[in-house]
Amino acid sequence: MDATHKKYLRMNKLPHIWCPGCGDGTIMGSFIRAIDRLGYDKDDVAAVSGIGCSGRITGYLDFNTLHTTHGRALAFATGVKMAKPRLKVFVFMGDGDATAIGGNHLIHSCRRNIDITAIIFNNNIYGMTGGQYSPTTPRDKYATTAPYGTTDPHFDIAKLCIGAGASYVARGTSYHAKMLTDLIVAGAEHKGFSVIEIITHCPVNFGRRNELETPVDMLLWQKDHAVRMAKAEKMTADELADRFIIGELHKADIPEYVEEYDRLIERVQRGDTGRG
Amino acid sequence: MANAKLLQGNEACVFGALAAGVRFFAGYPITPSTEIANIFARELPKLGGKFMQMEDEIASMGAVIGASCTGVKAITATSGPGFSLKQENIGFAAEAEIPCVIIDVMRYGPSTGLPTKSSQGDFMQARWGTHGDHAIIVIAPYTAREAYRETGRAVNMSERYRIPVIILMDEILGHLRERVEFKEEDVVTVVDRKGPAPGVPYLPFEDTDDLIPPFAGFGDGYRYHITGLIHDKTGFPTNDPETINQVMRRMNGKLDRYRDEIVKVKYVDVDDADILIIAFGSVARAAEEVVRSMKKAGKRVGLLRPVTLWPFPDKEIRKAASGKKAVIVPEMNLGQMVREVERAVAGEAPIYPLNKIDGELITPHEISDLIKEIL
Amino acid sequence: MAKKNFGITVDRKICKSCGICVAFCPVSVFTTDHDDKAVVTYPEKCTGCRQCELLCPDYCIDVEEIAHG
Ligand SMILES: Cc1ncc(C[n+]2csc(CCOP(=O)(O)OP(=O)(O)O)c2C)c(N)n1
Ligand code: SF4
Ligand code: SF4
Ligand code: SF4
Ligand SMILES: [Mg+2]
Repeated sequence: MDATHKKYLRMNKLPHIWCPGCGDGTIMGSFIRAIDRLGYDKDDVAAVSGIGCSGRITGYLDFNTLHTTHGRALAFATGVKMAKPRLKVFVFMGDGDATAIGGNHLIHSCRRNIDITAIIFNNNIYGMTGGQYSPTTPRDKYATTAPYGTTDPHFDIAKLCIGAGASYVARGTSYHAKMLTDLIVAGAEHKGFSVIEIITHCPVNFGRRNELETPVDMLLWQKDHAVRMAKAEKMTADELADRFIIGELHKADIPEYVEEYDRLIERVQRGDTGRG
Repeated sequence: MANAKLLQGNEACVFGALAAGVRFFAGYPITPSTEIANIFARELPKLGGKFMQMEDEIASMGAVIGASCTGVKAITATSGPGFSLKQENIGFAAEAEIPCVIIDVMRYGPSTGLPTKSSQGDFMQARWGTHGDHAIIVIAPYTAREAYRETGRAVNMSERYRIPVIILMDEILGHLRERVEFKEEDVVTVVDRKGPAPGVPYLPFEDTDDLIPPFAGFGDGYRYHITGLIHDKTGFPTNDPETINQVMRRMNGKLDRYRDEIVKVKYVDVDDADILIIAFGSVARAAEEVVRSMKKAGKRVGLLRPVTLWPFPDKEIRKAASGKKAVIVPEMNLGQMVREVERAVAGEAPIYPLNKIDGELITPHEISDLIKEIL
Repeated sequence: MAKKNFGITVDRKICKSCGICVAFCPVSVFTTDHDDKAVVTYPEKCTGCRQCELLCPDYCIDVEEIAHG
């Protein structure tokens, strides 16, 4: 542990509860390095999470932390940001948290373009409840609720968020730890709703059931299947078929929600109702 | 507060909340509560406050709690189906002791029910809608004037005790437009939540003598953890049986400690009555009419009107009901409050339920008919 | 230019034996002990890339450049 860990983590809460080799710990490391680089005052950061293994991250971060209900982290965070805009708000969600039970809040946060950075731990499984399939579990994978393989089609989280209007969308992995820090920094500096989908690994509840026996196997899979944007642009659709692209996928400069509402307040207080 | 006004119950709630310092509303439209959202949308920006129409009631409740975590006074309003959706997050507010107010303008249910018809079917849900033991306060005004004052009181109680407060309105009361003359006692004073004491380490869920831990807003320089998991006084999750027991008893104990401050009951001609009516909300208006007309007819009928529904005013009811010839409990449901009345009265007087579930208000006539039958 | 030297420490108490550092150190600095915990066996090979530090999910590893006297 170095000075960054000691500065941003609640040291008396460590070691964390995550299983050996779980990606969540690695992601938390990348995140605090991002905060360090951003230079935010710890008192000005609010970290909000949902329920799941990933949701436990807020217990370890030495910020204003809010561990909410399953799927609802973005709703709580929206209230935090609207009520105190100077706070830098980060939201941590699992794939089930963000796209199943919380899917509605995710797309509407994208639509509003509220200045929050959403970090989605996509381990393709419900980790905390013991390995049930999630909306991002690929076809023909095994889960405790898919003992014969999944029949559900799955979501592409990044595409979903781009479609819903998020103004910054990036995808990283728990393997590309340095790049992940860069993406979180860029997402946080972007004004508007930023989504960072992290392809991560749950060795215990996904890997073991799906022929990726160890954390190392899972990270090797990420290494072999992730393609950086620049490289992907030179590849054919066939070559990209079972791979995924990492890096900044989408960036748009559109009005941010809190600022727009503040403008409305200013206008109404001047007596201008906008109706001429 | 300007003096005479023509106010709807729903409208009165908004102005009461604003007077108490509410500056954040999040909601989702639903009949018969929608006017509340409409008026907040119009009024809040004028005061520099914020209105949000969220994607659903679950999100609305979440946003209200999030806003309150920063120290801003926050409120939401809904009705039946939306009230059901809010329940999980109301439980979060109870467990994390986050001040917030929820207005439920009752409509007939279950399910989509009768969106435009009145009901008192959420009496039990308001108390026990979320899972687990939890502290919650429920208030039921009966006029627009009282809706103003009681919404203000609800906000203040929530801030003071760190307990979510529910205001149970009903469709009739919400939509009835009446002339309101505000008097001295209607002035809503502003109560702020207690902050951390300077110079001592901050324990966000401290076991203080008054049972109410001091509240620090996000961004105020106290970094701490809020969770819906059962937590110790530092705010972090615990599995230790002794701690769980201690913390949960403190939280729930606030209701007992402050019970007499919270409970509010109004009496009309109760002392020398032979017959006691116990009614709340718009049904109490019909009951008041019965008391008047019966008095003219030389019959001694009194009304006990709980303004606070939960904690249930059992002491007051037992005292008022003891020895009466009959206690009549009219309500627009199949008998919810009457169970509490039975528990409170404990056999000291015969109890007659009067239930109506067709979406129409119980009329004075229906109550007097029952009285005549009993006499 | 002289080759840089690095001091690598593994906090054995908190190592969860996941094998990540062992597998991903490009120059195989680590081996494992009887509990599968990471052991710094060939520190002289270390290039200071910090991949082990970045990937260890439990922040057990510290890599520090050793100043030359
Ligand atoms: C309303 C509600 N439904 C179900 C659950 C049970 N539950 C807890 S975590 C979880 C899924 C976790 O999966 P994910 O969101 O992907 O997070 P992970 O554990 O994989 O990080 C579920 C279903 C709950 N806590 N609340
Ligand atoms: S169950 Fe999976 S996601 Fe949860 S801590 Fe263990 S490895 Fe990580
Ligand atoms: S990566 Fe960390 S936890 Fe895993 S074996 Fe290496 S030192 Fe131990
Ligand atoms: S810094 Fe790089 S070379 Fe050195 S031990 Fe770690 S992974 Fe191996
Ligand atoms: Mg998951």
